[in-house]
Parts: sequence; structure tokens; C-alpha cells
Amino acid sequence: MARYDSVLDTIGNTPLVDITELLPNQRVRVLVKLEGVNPAGSVKDRAAKYMIEEAEKDGSLHPGQRILESSSGNTAAGLAMIAKVKGYPFTAVVPENVSAERVKLLLAFGAEIICSPAAEGSNGAMRRAQALAGEHPDWWFSFQYGNPANPKAHYEGTGPEIWRDCPEVTHFVAGLGTAGTIIGVGRFLKERNPAVSIWAVQPPAGENVEGLKSLDEGFVPPVFIDNDGYSLLDRSRVVGPRESIEWARRLTSSGIFAGLSTGAAMAGVAAARVARQMESGTIVALLPDGGWKYLSTDVWSGDLDEVVERAGHELYF
Amino acid sequence: MPVEVRLPTVLRPLASGEAVVKVEGDTLREVFQDLVRQYPGLSESLFTPEGDMHRHLNVFLNDDDVRYLGRLDAKVGAADTVTLMPAVAGG
Repeated sequence: MARYDSVLDTIGNTPLVDITELLPNQRVRVLVKLEGVNPAGSVKDRAAKYMIEEAEKDGSLHPGQRILESSSGNTAAGLAMIAKVKGYPFTAVVPENVSAERVKLLLAFGAEIICSPAAEGSNGAMRRAQALAGEHPDWWFSFQYGNPANPKAHYEGTGPEIWRDCPEVTHFVAGLGTAGTIIGVGRFLKERNPAVSIWAVQPPAGENVEGLKSLDEGFVPPVFIDNDGYSLLDRSRVVGPRESIEWARRLTSSGIFAGLSTGAAMAGVAAARVARQMESGTIVALLPDGGWKYLSTDVWSGDLDEVVERAGHELYF
Repeated sequence: MPVEVRLPTVLRPLASGEAVVKVEGDTLREVFQDLVRQYPGLSESLFTPEGDMHRHLNVFLNDDDVRYLGRLDAKVGAADTVTLMPAVAGG
């Protein structure tokens, strides 16, 4: 059935594609869940839809009320699209060093954009949004880092889809940003089979955040802490831009045009295979978005060293 | 065992501006202790008053989060790299 009453009904139910051929050990199957096919282009459409619709249900979001969120781009894109469809005005606080495509996508859906300093990263954007929420109590702040509807979207959507399509899954690998995906999917899969291993990958995003005055200004999302994320995970790795870019390029051999955070997830898969020297198993990796929003960074066509250097200055996660 | 520790921008002022520091230790705890011996100002950024790791500090041993390798008891070897990063969000 490919006929829908609303584009919002097309969020989720994303394809799971076998890319085992790309990896050397053919005894371990690797499948990737392509979240870039969601209507606003990323896995964050799921959380955006759940956050808005849960707030509509509990009465905290009223018709015509302004929605506010901070985001490095993908969550804002999802919220902007859904807000447009449902008739809510939307304000996004976005670090000024996100890719040009992300900003233009937000403008396409009519979002108001407030830029936060690049040096402060996503944390700075979040602090600015929290301040704005305080100044405008009539706005509805979705606060993806602490909103239970974020992991719920994955507990009720992404997790069951993976279990339905691949009940033989032994490892799940995903990026760690708000922690919504890894908490929701991880909890669901572990409840079905406690032996499933949950692996997080993250970019070295904090290494060079120059606006941070001390470690006390750091931030661990309440979504992660409240759901005992440290206990849920079996392993967590940091993946640098070079590995991410190399994997984004390699994925094109399977016809997959994936973004940099996607490349990071794939590097995690590669590490999982090598480190554990698995005899057999089935890894599912979640690829958060497509490559469209990264085209201006020449990820696929530029000199690798130059692209890696540039990626170090641009926020892509 | 000689180990290299990479410091994030936010911690470098507490280590005379150094980005990479050479230390000695067979466990992460010993690595941190040698780091504090060289740069006492780092103590509060590495340890809580109870002696555990600072809650906003992510520590990676050759790219692997040490929380899943035994935390402060994680074994380190020669040529290993310990990378410290502040916890920041994405999304």
C-alpha cells in the first residue's frame, strides 16, 4: 500500500537493506536501516512527530501555538515540516556552523531560524533555546533531549520494525546524540532478547567545542540518564570524521547515499566486526540520514584530507 | 607504561596549554593520577570528590569508551592513546 492521506503517515517503516557484500567477513550479516527516506530526510522525523502528537494529546500544545527547539538540523527539519503541515509557527535555534543545506531546508518549511555561536556547539543552541522558552512561556518547547516522546518513538516504531524485519539481530549500532534512538530501540530489543548487544557511536564533537568554559557546562541528555543509558549500552565508540567520510564513500558501492553521521554508524559496525572477531551474527546499523544535506561539503568528490579538515569545523551531528 | 593523553580545548588551560601529555600508568586510574601529579589543576576535572570519574567527562581508550572497559580500572598498554572529551549533545 503506497497511498497515504498525509505525508505524516509516511514517517517510519523504513527499509532494511543487506550490505554484507561491503565487508570482508561474510559470516556476519550487516543490514542498514535507511532513515533518510523519511519525508524531511532523517530519523528525527519520528521523534518530531511523536513529540508534537503526544503534546497535542496531553493538551500542552495548542492549535496555532509556536513550537521551539534547538537542533543541529535534523530534528528541526522534522519539526519544521510537521509544524507546516499542522499549522504551527516554528522557531529553530541552530548553531551557525551547520551546513547550508540544513538552513535552506528549514527555510523551505517556513521556520524562523535563530543562530547560536558555532564555538558553543549544540549545547550553546540548547542553552539559547532554554532561555527563549523562559522568556516566552506562551511557546511550546519540545526539548528533544529530555522529552520522553523522543525515545518512545523508537520504542514503539523503530525497534518493533527491526524486530519484525530481522528477528535474528545480534547487534544494534546507532549514533548517540539525544540518545532517543539508542534508548528506544535498545530497550525494545533487549526486552525481546536480552542477548542483543547495543553499541553506540559518536563523533568527537566535544573535543574542540571552544565555547565551553568548564566540564561542568557539559551535558548528558536526560533521555539517556533517566533511562539508565549507561547500563543499557554494551559498548560505545568515538568515530572521527575521516572514518565517517571513508564509510560514506564506501556505501555508495551498494547504492547508498548516506550522510556523515551515517558514515559514523558504519565505522562503528566495522569496528564491531574487527574488535569482537565475531564468528557469526547479524548486525543492524541505523543510518540516520541521506547525503543530500552534505553535498556542499564535497564529502564524495573532494580531496579526502581537505574534506576531513573541513568536517572538523562544521557541525554535522 | 608510557601513555599519551589527548586533552580537549576546555581542559588545556589547566595543563599549561598542552593538547597532548605523556604520562605513565598501567590502569586508567594510574594514568589520571600521573596526569594530576603533573598538572594538579586537572584534579577536579577528572575526579569527583568520591574519586570516581567526572560525570561530564567522556574518556576513550583508543576510541573505546572506558565505561565499558572497566572505568578507572581499565588496563592501558604502551602506545595506547587516552582521549578526554567533554559530554556534549547532538541532534
